[in-house]
Amino acid sequence: MEKKYWQSFGELNQSEAYNKEVKDEFKEELPFVGDESKSFLETAAPRRDFLKYLGFSTAAAAVAASCEMPVKKAIPFANKPEDIVPGISNYYATTYVQDGDVVSVLAKVRDGRPIKIEGNDLSPITKGGTSARVQASVLDLYDTARLRFPTIDGKEVTFEAIDKALAGAVGGNVVILTSTITSPSTKAIIAEFLAKNPGSRHVTYDAVSYSAMLQANEATYGVRGIPSYHFENAKAIVSLGADFLGTWLSPVEFSKQYASGKKIDEKNPSMSKHIHFESVASLTGSNADEKYLHRPSETGAIAAALLSAVNGQAVTGISDAKLKAGIEKAAKALNENKGAALVVAGSNDVNVQIIVNAINNAIGAGGTTINWGVLNHQRAGVDADFVRLVEDMNAGIVNTLLVYGANPAYTWFDAEKFKAGLKKVRTTVSFASKVDETAELCKFVVPDHHYLESWGDAEAKTGHFSFIQPTIYPLFKTRQWQDSLLKWSGNTSDYLAYLKNFWSAKLGGQTGWDKALQDGVISIGESATKPGSFNGAAVGAAVAAATSGKKAGKYELVLYEKVGIGAGQGASNPWLQELPDPVTRATWDNYVIVSPALARTMLDIDLNNGGQADAYEVNPPKKVVKVVANGKEISLPVLIIPGTHPDTIGIAVGYGRSNNIGKAAAGVGQNAFPLASISNGVVSFSNSSVEITVTGEKYPVALTQTHNRYDTTQGNRTEVMKELTLADYKKHPTEIREERDNELKPWGGLEKFESQGTIYPVFDRPGIKWGMSVDLNTCTGCGACVVACNAENNVSVVGKPEVLRGHEMHWLRIDRYYSGDMDNPNVVFQPLMCQHCDNAPCENVCPVAATNHSSEGINQMTYNRCIGTRYCANNCPYKVRRFNWSDYTGSDSFGNNQEGIVNDVVLNMNDDLTRMVLNPDVTVRSRGVIEKCSFCVQRLQESKLKAKKESRPMVDSDIKVACQQACPTNAITFGNANDKHSAITMVRTENPNRQFYVLEQLHVLPGVTYLAKVRNTESAHGEGKHETKKEAEHA
Amino acid sequence: MISFRHITKICLLSALLFLGFSTVNTVSAQDGKALFTTNCASCHQVHKPSTGPALAGVEDRWPNKANLYAWIRNSAAFLKTGDKYANDLYNQWNKTAMNQFPNLTDEEIGAIITYINSVPAPGAAGATGGAADPNAAAAAESDNTLLFGILTLILAVVALILLQVNANLKKLADEREGHSPIEPVPFWRNKSYIAMITVILFVVGGYLTSKGAMALGRSKDYQPEQPIYYSHKVHAGINQINCQYCHTGVYQGKQATIPSVNVCMNCHMSINEYNGEKMYTEDGDEINGTAEIQKLYKYAGFEPGKPWDPSKAKPIEWVRIHNLPDHVYFNHSQHVKAGKVECQTCHGEIQKMGEVKQFSDLSMGWCINCHRETQVQFKDNGFYSIYEKYHQDLKSGKMDSTKGVTVEAIGGTECQKCHY
Repeated sequence: MEKKYWQSFGELNQSEAYNKEVKDEFKEELPFVGDESKSFLETAAPRRDFLKYLGFSTAAAAVAASCEMPVKKAIPFANKPEDIVPGISNYYATTYVQDGDVVSVLAKVRDGRPIKIEGNDLSPITKGGTSARVQASVLDLYDTARLRFPTIDGKEVTFEAIDKALAGAVGGNVVILTSTITSPSTKAIIAEFLAKNPGSRHVTYDAVSYSAMLQANEATYGVRGIPSYHFENAKAIVSLGADFLGTWLSPVEFSKQYASGKKIDEKNPSMSKHIHFESVASLTGSNADEKYLHRPSETGAIAAALLSAVNGQAVTGISDAKLKAGIEKAAKALNENKGAALVVAGSNDVNVQIIVNAINNAIGAGGTTINWGVLNHQRAGVDADFVRLVEDMNAGIVNTLLVYGANPAYTWFDAEKFKAGLKKVRTTVSFASKVDETAELCKFVVPDHHYLESWGDAEAKTGHFSFIQPTIYPLFKTRQWQDSLLKWSGNTSDYLAYLKNFWSAKLGGQTGWDKALQDGVISIGESATKPGSFNGAAVGAAVAAATSGKKAGKYELVLYEKVGIGAGQGASNPWLQELPDPVTRATWDNYVIVSPALARTMLDIDLNNGGQADAYEVNPPKKVVKVVANGKEISLPVLIIPGTHPDTIGIAVGYGRSNNIGKAAAGVGQNAFPLASISNGVVSFSNSSVEITVTGEKYPVALTQTHNRYDTTQGNRTEVMKELTLADYKKHPTEIREERDNELKPWGGLEKFESQGTIYPVFDRPGIKWGMSVDLNTCTGCGACVVACNAENNVSVVGKPEVLRGHEMHWLRIDRYYSGDMDNPNVVFQPLMCQHCDNAPCENVCPVAATNHSSEGINQMTYNRCIGTRYCANNCPYKVRRFNWSDYTGSDSFGNNQEGIVNDVVLNMNDDLTRMVLNPDVTVRSRGVIEKCSFCVQRLQESKLKAKKESRPMVDSDIKVACQQACPTNAITFGNANDKHSAITMVRTENPNRQFYVLEQLHVLPGVTYLAKVRNTESAHGEGKHETKKEAEHA
Repeated sequence: MISFRHITKICLLSALLFLGFSTVNTVSAQDGKALFTTNCASCHQVHKPSTGPALAGVEDRWPNKANLYAWIRNSAAFLKTGDKYANDLYNQWNKTAMNQFPNLTDEEIGAIITYINSVPAPGAAGATGGAADPNAAAAAESDNTLLFGILTLILAVVALILLQVNANLKKLADEREGHSPIEPVPFWRNKSYIAMITVILFVVGGYLTSKGAMALGRSKDYQPEQPIYYSHKVHAGINQINCQYCHTGVYQGKQATIPSVNVCMNCHMSINEYNGEKMYTEDGDEINGTAEIQKLYKYAGFEPGKPWDPSKAKPIEWVRIHNLPDHVYFNHSQHVKAGKVECQTCHGEIQKMGEVKQFSDLSMGWCINCHRETQVQFKDNGFYSIYEKYHQDLKSGKMDSTKGVTVEAIGGTECQKCHY
């Protein structure tokens, strides 16, 4: 009847190990610490010992507790600032800036500490959206690895000493090396500094370079810049390996735009069509309507073929029939939607980008989906500039190097040459806030503030400015690097004065400045949409070069960025390390991604063979392979990820960082940047000929996909996923509704299910009934919600060894489902949190009533009442309850009960500095209790109180739960379902046909509705449907 | 630590107030008291000079009523008339201008004066107030328990005797009928007795243990010594300073907030000595109010006579009295602003406390009990308009309108209203 959805290979094969594992909530037998080969009865602590310990600890606790109560102090301010009320959060508009990335945000400041980052709704670019990295950035503020003072040769000095020492040292041929700078005032300061030092220059270097785009745009549009893309205007989107929802250029902005094309109006269903070509499975590829796989060396040929197909010529030079059909299909879609079509390419090859520009020109993208009137400033680095700098450094021409943001000693493919050159530079200054790979080689380190401590501005796109204001007094002896530059160029004003002066005329004095700071964003001189003037002179040569056919080896390599880690900026952030990668669902490592086909030939793992699939999947240790490219080698474990080209492997960059940048980064993964190469003057992040050898070693990878699976003990779970094609949906809109009705037939059908499907009475819900709806069509699986939930709810970081044991604590997880062909399957992401069932099975089994139901429809969890039987977790059909195994957040009063149990990363999270990030409104859970999503009850209570204080009913704008707030695509709707005008009621009444509950037939009456995914492809019914059915039966 | 001294004090005070009110026209005096509190009390006391002179006998001091009334309504204008008494008074009080009360009617001023006359001088109150015997009331309460205890004991002894008699009679009857008597078992080896005693011990012991265990961590009547002897009685009671003046957060946030030093200094810049009634600690030691103000100056870094630099102030480390466990969320504004609960409901008669003492035990049972009984502002607060069903039930009489909608009825006793 239905398509088969599978989360893991074991599930696909219904293998033995899978069926054994889904029967139990927890993987391990008790006791979980110690010798696991023995059964409980043979353990070192038998019953009598247990009773002894019990007796002793009860007595000890009684004695300890009856001692004198500790005297606590209540210390008020000496002089209370007017705008601070203890216990009430203030929100300050500021801007997340990391290298080129710019996202306008609000910082929630509670009692003087920023504790949460939220999107700024006023931003015309990101419109309140955030990403996982933006959400996690608040933790970087409290990073214990931050430099706490300036240093010379690694020794602590004062700023005065640095300034004095540098007064003579800065000079000669000075180079300021930075990552992309978006701040106009900083650019002005740099210009001032350069003017003071004749012969000096500013070099922009991006770790993951967009040089090819900049150069191609210069060649074809005469502008060395990147235009604005408007995915929201595109009816047809073709991406050649550009991961624009995950990591490419401005993913938050693009996600928001992309989602607007995926929102479906039930009455008039239409949506954009997204065709994706890629080599290694990515987040964007997983969201595509149709996806085609190719070798990375074919990218040029595909672009050229697409160009000729768009121009009405035949597709040539593509041997793979599927791929050829895909290109024709893409060309057809683009041509059918001229003026509403867009092609983007992730390749850092100038020829490919020139061809893509030609395609965009041919399909009329200029002025509609591409705006040349507003440029995107978030990437500006040109590789050739940096290559020249490295040459100059090695030639000894550079006398002084000031490094801000850039970290070439780690990210440059030929880091050794950069390091060698650095030794020849007389004066080296780093503004890094941690001793990163480059800073440790610099003589002077003048640490910069974290962005939450800084002043500043950012111009992500022409005319759209976003402001940075400090939200906390600098924690350490750090100084904004702009202040340093001003000082060293002899300017007496500090950066704040400079910034105010820079802006006050433009903003209309103090009032304008105040308003701009309050809003955080301002748009000045809105320029008209421009199509740009295309010059096709270079296209011919580009096509010729792109199709000249590089000699490709047996295997090819793609280096990619992960959503959380990026080019290594997220590596020291434990939240991001523990965020499961959306595609691979792995944490705490990088690895080699291979296809199931390659696994069969190279690793002897046939995933269609239940036993072999189990051996691969159930055991965390994965086979390690050695990859050799450009004479450099790297050994990493292998993960098999469907949707990857059979001859291509993928490795994430950003790992293998120096131990100096934090406990979370220490010893995690390997650095893959050295495998990149330079070709035609730009850095190439793919390699067309690599050698792979199986080493025979194994290395454990902490995968989370195989945790928390749900199935009935009989193994006959009905699908939790509902999906349609757009064609079917148009033809038969009520399909899902009928399917549900059919499922519920035995219990009265859809209408009467609630009352007839149970022996329990139906309770009425006066007042408020909280409800959530998740639109699977717009959810891209990016993981921003997961990190937001961590920050809001003090969710613990557990570290890799604990994730390996299935002990991760995330209250919200994003499940990845495959369906169809194993080599190139369809992917659906499903965020799953506590469903707050009105008839919750967890509540009935709790022996101490620690979990029960509120009159507002919340499945409540009371930690201080929980005794840790874990019955509830076992009885939860969704597997969303988490057991706190080891007091990860250190909330017990017994001092060293974590030592030897949790690893360094977790202990580091308990440092007094790191703990400043904790939300004081949420209990820090101790060991031995179950915890789970609370629907952000602290926010609900706050919003109700706000309404009560103002003596009015609550409205939607009062309340946004953390995951909803973080979502860049507005996939999550939340509110009072009893309120006829609330957004949640609207979503539910306007989408009766797409709406479904997960595992509805269990009659647990979840409070979370999902809207089915609609894929913009042809009908899945007819012939095709029968085939899949047969396949399923065979399997 | 409930001391008799405290009870005595409360009884004395209430007796004093009762006696005071019963002697005069109560209605008028009550109005007058309210008017006095709102208009006069910030600068005047009845029997003691404060910012302005003591008001007792004010009517007799002024040459005539009309002048007094004119002065109260607009002192500045009256001074210009050149009235000698008024000008003397003005000069005597360091030319401190009196606030103007143009809206007070003759009747109202009259009521205030009636009230002032009705307040007895402190010395006089002691003599009459002493007549009430506080111990009698306290003893009356424990009487019943004692009675029941004695009764139980007597009944138990009677039961024991009866049992013995019964046993003896049985023995006699057995002997008479020729049965061989069973060797009697002494009661300390009698299994029934042993079992009974064990059960009693278990029940009593269990009761005491669990009662003790529940009391762990509770600190009712906690009254620590504070770095400064700050008297709520003087500030909130006698001087009628609104609670919110210092506890600014109480309407806005979770914490009521303890005032910062600069808030104290708002008033104490000019009030640098204490001339009020004598203050005593709980142990009976006399407190020198002026010295306590000097302690404040030390924290504030203030030297009288010199301009104050607030940046020199250091925070005062008060000892926290009301401690809730970390896993409890309590919000003052929820109770005070939304729920309109009086401060005294939880903190007791704070305006009569010298040093603050914890009035409630802050146990969960105490919270829950209040939530069960207290009505929410169901009709007055617009938030509750969404509870349509309850509104209808109230109208139709399905719901007891005298009992109203309690906090419990809208979910106020659910776990995650306070624990999250």
